[in-house]
Amino acid sequence: MSTTPILEVTNLRVEYHGDNRQVVAVNDVSFSIGEGEIFGLAGESGCGKSTVANAIMRLLKDPAEVTHGQIRFKGRDLLALRGEELRRFRWKEIAMIFQSAMNSLNPVMTIGSQMVDIFTTHEGLSVKQARSRSAELLRLVSIDPVRLDSYPHQLSGGMRQRAVIAMALALEPSLLIMDEPTTALDVVVQQEIMAQISDLQRQLGFSVLFITHDMSLMVELSHRMAVMHSGRLVEMADAELMFASPLHPYTLSLMNAFPPLTGPRIRLTGLSDSVRAADGSSGSCSFHVSCPPDRANCSGNIPDLREVEPGRFVAEHPRPSIEGTAA
Amino acid sequence: MSVTNPSETVAQATPDAPAVVPASDRRPRRGLLRGILGNRKAAFGAAVLLLFGVVALAAPLLAPGNPSLITAIASQPPSLEHLLGTTAKGQDVLALTMHGARTSLLVGFVVGAAATLVGLLVGVASAYFGRVIDDLLSLVTNVFLLIPGLPLLVILAAFLPPGIGTVVVVLIITGWAGSARVLRSQALSIRSKDFVAAAVVTGEHPLRIMFREILPNMASIVMSTFLACVIFGIGAQAGLEFLGLGDASVVSWGTNLYWASNDGALFTGAWWAFAPSGLCIALVAFALAMVNYAVDEVTNPRLRTTKKGRTRA
Amino acid sequence: MRFIVRRLAFYLLAFWVSITLNFLLPRFMPGDPVTRMFAQAANKMQPHQIEQLRQLFGLDERPIWQQYLSYVHNIFTGQMGVSISRFPTPVAEVIGSQIGWTLLLGGTALVIAVVIGNLLGILAAWRRGGVLDSVFPPILVFVGSFPYFWLAMAALYLFGVVLGWFPIRHAFDAGMTPELSWTFIASIATHLFLPALTIVLVSIGGWMLGMRNTMIATTAEDYILMAEAKGLTNNRIMFRYAARNAMLPSVTAFGMSFGFIVGGALLTEVVFAYPGVGYQLLAAVQGLDYPLMQGIFLTITAAVLVANFLVDIVYVRLDPRVRVS
Repeated sequence: MSTTPILEVTNLRVEYHGDNRQVVAVNDVSFSIGEGEIFGLAGESGCGKSTVANAIMRLLKDPAEVTHGQIRFKGRDLLALRGEELRRFRWKEIAMIFQSAMNSLNPVMTIGSQMVDIFTTHEGLSVKQARSRSAELLRLVSIDPVRLDSYPHQLSGGMRQRAVIAMALALEPSLLIMDEPTTALDVVVQQEIMAQISDLQRQLGFSVLFITHDMSLMVELSHRMAVMHSGRLVEMADAELMFASPLHPYTLSLMNAFPPLTGPRIRLTGLSDSVRAADGSSGSCSFHVSCPPDRANCSGNIPDLREVEPGRFVAEHPRPSIEGTAA
Repeated sequence: MSVTNPSETVAQATPDAPAVVPASDRRPRRGLLRGILGNRKAAFGAAVLLLFGVVALAAPLLAPGNPSLITAIASQPPSLEHLLGTTAKGQDVLALTMHGARTSLLVGFVVGAAATLVGLLVGVASAYFGRVIDDLLSLVTNVFLLIPGLPLLVILAAFLPPGIGTVVVVLIITGWAGSARVLRSQALSIRSKDFVAAAVVTGEHPLRIMFREILPNMASIVMSTFLACVIFGIGAQAGLEFLGLGDASVVSWGTNLYWASNDGALFTGAWWAFAPSGLCIALVAFALAMVNYAVDEVTNPRLRTTKKGRTRA
Repeated sequence: MRFIVRRLAFYLLAFWVSITLNFLLPRFMPGDPVTRMFAQAANKMQPHQIEQLRQLFGLDERPIWQQYLSYVHNIFTGQMGVSISRFPTPVAEVIGSQIGWTLLLGGTALVIAVVIGNLLGILAAWRRGGVLDSVFPPILVFVGSFPYFWLAMAALYLFGVVLGWFPIRHAFDAGMTPELSWTFIASIATHLFLPALTIVLVSIGGWMLGMRNTMIATTAEDYILMAEAKGLTNNRIMFRYAARNAMLPSVTAFGMSFGFIVGGALLTEVVFAYPGVGYQLLAAVQGLDYPLMQGIFLTITAAVLVANFLVDIVYVRLDPRVRVS
């Protein structure tokens, strides 16, 4: 894994225009992903992580709009791509796996023809050539190629998700975005899928942007992680480090949302606020999680990320040099 | 018969999916009303309907006397004395049209209300009780939907004694099935929601569940269905009367057209004899459709066209 | 397969309901229309035909169930009695001679309206907010708000009487004998144009709007998003992914619309004096020709059921999810 970033998101801001109001879904978010790196993005539902993914894929639709910021992929300005150029770029360099495989597959086309589509469109292959490439892809994810002629509803949930993964890897993209790939599956299948992804990543060396609300799942796979809340990043660091000692109260709460199977019984603490006071404006605190006892510095907004150690970022206010203030 | 549209049937045809997808807010009525009044289409539709309503009510004042009386020279084109001309028999077309509004609108709304009511009862009962009752009611509904409407109307009307009552009854018989199907679909999707299960488990009386839990959440689609049924009522009534199966002695838009056709207005070039009544039917139906369109848009935000058009981020 | 069998059973049931309805109506209707009819007709008929009509309407002395069984039997052997207004032609023959025209009119109009309407709907949905989407639907809905017969009259007046572009009655020029020649076919076409046009104009709005709304719902689906993400061409997504799915409810609606189209065709025929069963129906109503009325009702119902069944078979081909039994 090298340190050359292939994806750089800088000061990204995405707004949704309602009838009388604007909602800021992604508020000044910056991060980068290196070659061959697995980057996890965690947060609860509605925090804006899917919006970030869609923005990168250029799939945002009305009423969503990127109002500020840059997204660069291998140096190319993604937000400037239009029309035919955008169409050709898609899937070749960046591919995406959506949340529910059942819903992302066309119910009236066979799996095979949906895969063939990719090859005939992007590489101009004949149907026959495309089919043999598709068969290879299915074998890569341990599905019998005879399934090329099956319809989506004829496959099990795990198979469907693997088929979608195969489709995503068809053109050997450099970056794979996975938006909650296992949320719709049961735990056993979840483990299979994660193992499969892990293998493929080692084999083919692509980078991954892994989005989920399940932090324990993410820690196993990711090299680096970031936690998102109300459209802002609150912490970003090396995965194991963050898991071992989270610096931001929200990170801790998110991790505690998945109680461990073993260990002493403790009282659970919840995330007590609702995600948004909706119009993104200041005024009410969009972060009510148990605050440190000394809230003298509380400004009611989520501050920018500050690098507290090399490679470790936390959203906190510059601390005055007073001892004993909890983080 | 004209505006019982395939658009309705397409919406109905999506198996077991509600025709309109409300977000099941608990504040449907306030938001809906405000949304509708703010919508241009709805405003236009409501204005037209109001106009017709006023004219219908005020007809005896605006055109006193019996409009069917022969008062003038036959087949006169529009003039200052007779704003819409006269029929082949010598009756004032304007008076006939205004008085016609009374019957046409009344029958239309009565049929609309009754057909929606029957459809609602059948649909909600079907969804609530499920299993055998649902199978039975669905079967009946589907059979009625399948049998072609106009021929059935003709048969029924021909065997029943002529009169407005017959018209109303046969229209209800042919019209209830459409609403039943749509409303059942919607009721089913609400029925499967957890708050209904909770009500059942706490022992709430079935009637109370149907009327206080399920029904209020269907408000917008019931309104939509009602409007569609009224359109059906007005149009089908006209069709029946045109074929001579209504009560020819009653003045309504349909009978106006019947007499115009019978008296050969087309071939003598007396377009003023048949144009007004037809236009009125179309305008009222269109206004109702506009209001319906608006109800759809307010409750299903995806159908709205955004001001910017198709910008993509 | 089971799906098809179930649908077949359903259609048979519906047909049975129609037959039973036909059987019960004259016997239980208030006002005794039948006696009226007999009084009018009796002096025109032969004794054995009167007897047949008596049997048809239950004025003989047999018990009801026996009447019912023989009625059903008659229907399935094509004996629907003798027409009174076209005495002494049997009803089946009267209908048989005219139904072809109705099928031609209804079928042509339906196919045109469906194809064009759906295409317009697909295009309108694909370019939300464009001209097609914002201008056409209200116009077409307005046109569709007119009763079929009124538009027919307007078209007749405008194009037939005033402008004289098209003939104003019948299916082909008077004096021509039916034969397979170009002049005859041309004559049929010009006579077919106006009636078909009115039906198309009234119904096309519904198809366009329906397809547009379904397309809008379909394009919001995740698999469309994925297709875009895959970088497929716009055309491929629009047709192979979106429309292909959106047309499924349309196919179902197509089946259900036969009933409406038939109604429209009937009314249009009356206005244009087009010699189909609709025109006949009006004559039957005016002449109190109950056997003919009932016969037309049954025939039309049967035609609609058959058409629906064919549509179901097509639907099974189109939607793989239904094939799972």
